[in-house]
Amino acid sequence: MTSPVPPACFDAVATPVLSATGLTTSFSRDGQWLPVVRNISFDVAARETVAIVGESGSGKSVTALSIMRLIPQQSGRIEGSVRLAGRELLTLPEQAMREVRGNEIAMIFQEPMTSLNPVLTIGTQISEALVYHRGLSRTAAEAESIRLLDHVRIPAAVSRFADYPHHFSGGMRQRVMIAMALACKPKLLIADEPTTALDVTIQAQIVELLKELQQDEGMSILFITHDMGVVAEVADRTVVMYHGEAVETDRTTRIFTAPSHAYTRALLSAVPRLGSMAGRAQPMRFPIVDKVTGGSDTPVEMPDTVARTERPVLEVKHLTTRFPIRSGLFGRIAGRVHAVENVSFSLHAGETLALVGESGCGKSTTGRSILKLITPDSGSVVVDGEDVLGMGARELRALRRRMQIVFQDPFASLNPRMSVGAAIAAPLHANRLAAASEARDKIADLLVRVGLSADMARRYPHEFSGGQRQRICIARALALQPKLIIADEAVSALDVSVKAQVVNLMLELQDSMKLSYLFISHDMAVVERMSHRVAVMYLGEIVEIGPRAAVFGDPQHPYTKKLMAAVPIPDPARRTTRRGISNDEIRSPVRAPDYQPPARQYREVSPGHIVQLWDA
Amino acid sequence: MSIVVSQSAHPTPGYAAWRRFRRHRLAMAGALIIILLALASALGPYLLPFDDTYIDIMKRFAPPLSGAHLLGTDELGRDVLARLMMGGRVSLSIGIIAMVIAMAIGILVGAFAGFYGGALGAVLMRLVDAVLCFPTIFLLVTLAALTEPGLLTTTLLIAATSWMSVARVVEAQIRALRERDFAVAAVAFGSSNLRIMFHELVPNAIAPIVVAATLNVATAILLESYVSYLGYGIQPPAASWGNMLNNAQIYLTSAPWLAIAPGVAITLAVTSFNFLGDGLRDALDPRMNVT
Repeated sequence: MTSPVPPACFDAVATPVLSATGLTTSFSRDGQWLPVVRNISFDVAARETVAIVGESGSGKSVTALSIMRLIPQQSGRIEGSVRLAGRELLTLPEQAMREVRGNEIAMIFQEPMTSLNPVLTIGTQISEALVYHRGLSRTAAEAESIRLLDHVRIPAAVSRFADYPHHFSGGMRQRVMIAMALACKPKLLIADEPTTALDVTIQAQIVELLKELQQDEGMSILFITHDMGVVAEVADRTVVMYHGEAVETDRTTRIFTAPSHAYTRALLSAVPRLGSMAGRAQPMRFPIVDKVTGGSDTPVEMPDTVARTERPVLEVKHLTTRFPIRSGLFGRIAGRVHAVENVSFSLHAGETLALVGESGCGKSTTGRSILKLITPDSGSVVVDGEDVLGMGARELRALRRRMQIVFQDPFASLNPRMSVGAAIAAPLHANRLAAASEARDKIADLLVRVGLSADMARRYPHEFSGGQRQRICIARALALQPKLIIADEAVSALDVSVKAQVVNLMLELQDSMKLSYLFISHDMAVVERMSHRVAVMYLGEIVEIGPRAAVFGDPQHPYTKKLMAAVPIPDPARRTTRRGISNDEIRSPVRAPDYQPPARQYREVSPGHIVQLWDA
Repeated sequence: MSIVVSQSAHPTPGYAAWRRFRRHRLAMAGALIIILLALASALGPYLLPFDDTYIDIMKRFAPPLSGAHLLGTDELGRDVLARLMMGGRVSLSIGIIAMVIAMAIGILVGAFAGFYGGALGAVLMRLVDAVLCFPTIFLLVTLAALTEPGLLTTTLLIAATSWMSVARVVEAQIRALRERDFAVAAVAFGSSNLRIMFHELVPNAIAPIVVAATLNVATAILLESYVSYLGYGIQPPAASWGNMLNNAQIYLTSAPWLAIAPGVAITLAVTSFNFLGDGLRDALDPRMNVT
C-alpha cells in the first residue's frame, strides 16, 4: 500500500474505465415514456470506487441496470452514452453486449440466494463460469475456483467446494457471488446494495473484503447503496441521486464535509451517527432538513418522560422460549433452537428499552413471547401487575389492549383489502369499544396524531409510501391507547430521512402519551438516538444491559464491543482507522436436545449497568 | 370519488382487476354468453307463444325453422326452444345454487383447517382427501340412485360432491396468510379467531375463491346433465338440458336437432364459465399487474 501510484491511474486520466454521459432511462407506461433516470453523467476511473447513493425510488438501481443494458427492451429506453474503456456500450449489438457482461463488467446483487442456483454446488457454479468465459479445462477451472473461494476468505475453501448454496450463511453466499464476479477478472464490478440484507458485523466484513480485493485485482467498483455510512467507508467519489437526477457529484470527503445541495444536507443530517449522543442524558429528535431550501431545525433533548418511581409497566423474569427441531418419521426431537434463554428486564412508563442484536439472536422472539404470540417455555411476564403467561384466552385479549406491536414491514402488516380507516378501527371493533360515529372521529384523530390527514381514511394501503404506512401501523397500535408498544424493527425497512421522521414521531408520542417502547432493532445508531436503556442480546441471552450512556460509552462485553466496531462510520476522514474486523460468522443458537444452558454470572459495572461474565 | 381514485397512479384493486379482465377477450365473450343464456332462460319463456309442457301430437318431430317452431318439436310435439329455455332455468340455477353451497362448505372447512392447523386441520383435510378418493360421477350417481330424484336433492348432491377442491384452495391460502404480519397484528390487538378468519384472511383469498366458484358452476352444470341423462336427476315432464339429451338419444338419427340443441347449450354454458374463470384468475392475480 506504500507503493507509488500505479501506472493504471495515468491511463485513467485519458480514458476512464466507465464513463456515462447524459444517461437517461425511460419506461413506457400507458403509451407514455416516463424518464426514471434523467441526464446522469459520471466517470469511474481505474482502481476507483464510485458510490451512487439515494433513497428508494431515486433511480440508483435503474442506473446500474442501464449500464449493463439489462432494461427490458419493449418497455424501457436508454439514451445518452455509456463508454467502457472508451467503447460505446449502448449501440453494441446484443451478442457483443453479452460478452461484455460477466467478462468486463460483473455485477453482484442485494440478495445472493436468488442469484445462486440452489440445485448446483457452489464449485460447479463458479467453475462453469470459468469454463464458459475463460475457456479453462474442467480441472483447471476447479483449481481456479478453489483459489477464488480462498481469495474471498471463505474458510476451508477446499471442503466447501462441493457444498450447495443453502449450506452457506447470507454473508458467505455474498462472498461466493463476489468470487463468481471475480472469475473473469472484470474491469468493473457493479455492486447493487451488496450489504443491505446482511447483519452489521457481516456487512463490515464484506465491505473490508471488497476494499482488499480492489487493491489486489486493480478493478473499479460502482457501489450502489442507500447507506451513507457504507459510502463513507468505501467510496472515493460519490453521486447523490434524488428523483432520478444526480443532484451532487463530488469527492466523498467533500460530500460529507461541504455538501452543496440541500438534498445531500437533508440526507446527511438524517444519518444517525454512533457516538453523537455522548454526554446527553435523554433521547433526542433527528434534525429535519428541508430537501428544497436546506434549512434545518435544531433538535433539543426530549424532556424526561420516565416514571421511575412507579411500578414498571413491564417486568420480564427468566423468560425462556425454545423451538424444538423435529426430524425423522416419528418427529423425534433432534435439537432445540434456544431462541430466548433466561431473559429478565423491566420497563417503566415513558421509557424506551432497546433490544439490540443480530439476526437470530432472539430479539423478535422475545417481543412476541411477551405478547404471548408465541408461548414461552418458562419465566414470567408481568404487565401492569398482571401475569400474562398464566392468563386464559379471554383475559389475554383484554390485556392485549395495553400492549401493542408495530412490525418491520409496513407493506405486510396492513391488510391490503381493508381501507386505512377500517384498519385503524379494526382494534376498536374487535374489542367492541366504539360505535360507528365514534370510531370515525377516533380514526380522524389518530391519523392527525401520526402526521397524516383525516381524509386519508378512505384510501387503501397500496396508495401510501412505506413511511406513511408505518405511520398508519402506529396509528392502529395507538387506537387501543396502550401503555406499551413493542416496536419490532419498526424503522429498519424505511429510508433514512423517513426513518428519522418516524423516530421523531415515536419520541413525540412518547412524550405526549407517556408510552413505553420495547424497541427491537439491529441498528445501533438509531438505538443510541432514541432509547433510555439498552439490552444487548446474543444467542438468546442478554449479555449486557444498562443505561444508554453507560452501554454506549463504556461497553464491557466483547460482543457489544464487536457490534459497535462494525457499525459503519459516516465520516470518510475516519476511514483509515482499521477496526480489526474478524471473519467470524454469527453463531447458531441450535443445541442438542439434552443441552443444559450454563448458569451465568453477572457483574454490575455501574448502577443499572449489568454485564454477563464471559469465558476469556 | 371512485373515479378520481381509479384514474390516479394507484387504481383501487377492483378497478385494476377490471382493466385486466377487459383485456381478456375470451373471458369477456364468456361473460356475455352467460348473461345472454341467463336472460333467455329467465325471460324467454314469457315471450314464446308455446308452453314447454304443451303437447301437440299433430306436430311431432317438426324440424327446426319449419313453421312456428324455431328449433322444431320433440316426440310429443313440444316446442324445443321453450323446453331449452325452461331447461336452462333448471340447469343454470342448479349450477349456481350448487356452487354457492359448495363454496360455503369449502370455505368453512378450508378456513378452519388452514387457520387452526394441527389435529383439527389434519382431520378436516383427510376428510377432504377421503371424499376426493371416490370418482365424482360414481359417487354422485350412487347417491342419486339412493335418494328421491328432484331439483333440491340433485342440487344438494352436486354440492356435496364438489366442495372439496374449494376447501383445498382455501386451506392453502389461509395457512399462508395467517403467518402474515397483518394477521399477527390482528391477534395482537385482540381480534377473535372467527373475526381474523372471516374479516382479515378470507377477503385476501378472494381471487382463488372466485375462480374456483366459476369453474365450479361449469362442473355443476355438467354433473346435472350427467345425472339427468342417466335418469336420476330432474324428472320429466320438467325439462333440464340433461334429461332433454336423455330423451333425444333414441331419435338421434331421425331427429338429431333434439340432441343438438341441449348439447350446444351445455357446451356453450360450460365453456363460457371456464373462460370466465380463466379471465378472473388473470384479472385477480395482482402479479399480472406488471405489463
